[in-house]
Amino acid sequence: MLDYITSYLSSNTTPGQAGNVFWALVYIMVVFGGVSVAVMAMNWLERKALAHFQIRLGPMRVGPHGLLQPIADAIKLLTKEDIVPSEADKFVFWLAPLIILCASFTVYIVVPFGPTHAITDLNIGILFMLGVSSLSVLGVVMAGWASNSHYPLIGALRSSAQMISYEVAMGLAVVSAILMTSLNATGTGTLSMIGIVQAQQSQQMWFLFKFFPLGFIAFGIFAIAMVAETNRAPFDLPEAESELTAGFHTEYSGLRWSLFMLGEYAAMIAVSSIAVTLWVGGWMRPFPNWLTGETWDLVFSLIPGFLFLGLAFIAFIGVARMPKHPYFRVQTIGLAGFGAVLGLIGLVLFAPPVRDRIQDIFWFCAKVAVFMYLYIWYRATFPRYRFDQLMRVGWKVLLPVSIGVLILTAIMGVLF
Amino acid sequence: MQPVATTFFFYFLSGITVLSGILVITRNNAVHSALALILGLLAQAGLYLMLYAPFVAGVQIILYAGGIMVLFLFVIMLVNLERAQKEEQFNKQWLVGLLAAVALGGLLFAVYVKGGTLFTEHIAQPVENSNTQQIGVMLYGNYMFAFEIASLLLLVAIIGAVVMAKKRI
Repeated sequence: MLDYITSYLSSNTTPGQAGNVFWALVYIMVVFGGVSVAVMAMNWLERKALAHFQIRLGPMRVGPHGLLQPIADAIKLLTKEDIVPSEADKFVFWLAPLIILCASFTVYIVVPFGPTHAITDLNIGILFMLGVSSLSVLGVVMAGWASNSHYPLIGALRSSAQMISYEVAMGLAVVSAILMTSLNATGTGTLSMIGIVQAQQSQQMWFLFKFFPLGFIAFGIFAIAMVAETNRAPFDLPEAESELTAGFHTEYSGLRWSLFMLGEYAAMIAVSSIAVTLWVGGWMRPFPNWLTGETWDLVFSLIPGFLFLGLAFIAFIGVARMPKHPYFRVQTIGLAGFGAVLGLIGLVLFAPPVRDRIQDIFWFCAKVAVFMYLYIWYRATFPRYRFDQLMRVGWKVLLPVSIGVLILTAIMGVLF
Repeated sequence: MQPVATTFFFYFLSGITVLSGILVITRNNAVHSALALILGLLAQAGLYLMLYAPFVAGVQIILYAGGIMVLFLFVIMLVNLERAQKEEQFNKQWLVGLLAAVALGGLLFAVYVKGGTLFTEHIAQPVENSNTQQIGVMLYGNYMFAFEIASLLLLVAIIGAVVMAKKRI
């Protein structure tokens, strides 16, 4: 038994490929738990960042700087009354949030956090991600229909129309990136997520900069389409509050509503990780070609530790700036403890074996985090599109441009 | 790596397919039928995976479950379901249905009985890793002409739909 567990550590592949059930389960639990924590952190960060964009304070009451707000929200949602409309189709109403949740969590099976840090490496990886994430449309349609109410139905219709139309442009942009993987010496491309990053490694270039404007345009199309795909601002028509209250999940409350929320944020992280894998070099650290050599490797491998130490430092500044009133004593101690944990994590990350193992995961997550911040930034700065504008952008701008990029990429691939 | 519990998964997925097929024709509510059909298509994708054809399985999920069935649901949702539910579910053409069922069942039975000699027994194990590449080479190499004709047909269908939907182009 112990042999079975330790034998994987020397195998240097993903647990799925090694066929090791134990480590596959460990990876699944770590990834799913990590995603759930990331969703909670994202929830807090979004409210906080949006508030600061609008010169407000945001959540401040629950815990220092509202750090415990997501937990409080979760408890509130769990204990809320669960209402099913009397005229609703009970079974479909019950099934819809589960489908969305399953669809957005299943895709993490192939997300490559590092050359060996993925649950498994399917050779249809990117196809699997696109396919399974496209199943969440079903959940949206079902939720809208089963609620048996006007707002959810219109919201679901809008949402599914939007998701289907942007999927086309998104798929074509992805294809042009996949074409680029076939340009290394072997001449055969790959659909595997790990293979795509390795192709960028062997071509010594992020696909973002490949054939200069082409990779950039394809990435731009994907970056727009992925916002529309996840129904986020400025494409959040399905949930346009002023017109449709909350869109397809108007009739949902309590735990089921929180499942929708969890699914939405998990889908955002999943789509961002597709963008990171395809164009921004996946787990590779910045400048692997310019800044080579032992020293630079060491410098970049120390960054995760320093980042956590920096976060701990910020937490301690927060402790120093806390009001000295006895009322805030618990919060101050809590924040100091949080800072101490962050600092401890930072110190652990400096240890050489951990440092080497964690590096690729860190860079992948850092790149995804940039995309997540962009989502918040879009929401704070762009006004919402009108529905016909949305459709026009999708079909008359993004689709032709992505077809053009695909053809040009193919031509460039043959020529060079 | 050896496939895990192959026989179990085959019967499991086939069972789901058959069961959801029955549900599709027996449900009164059209939306429930469509959902059962989606389940059947997903189980079929699992069967493709077992046949070492991951690409076909992926395309099955993207096209059928994610694309076509969403359009199905879309249309069904807009139809007046209450009137459709009151209509008779089975029509009176049992004779034709019986003939078709007997013919299909006879064919299946014949294959089951004589299958051992009809098909070559030993099929070379296809390599899972190059499935996508093989399909690409086949489509754009050996069957280029057929592939182009099929895409032309689809283009004609799209143009026809646009012409029918729009009075003034």
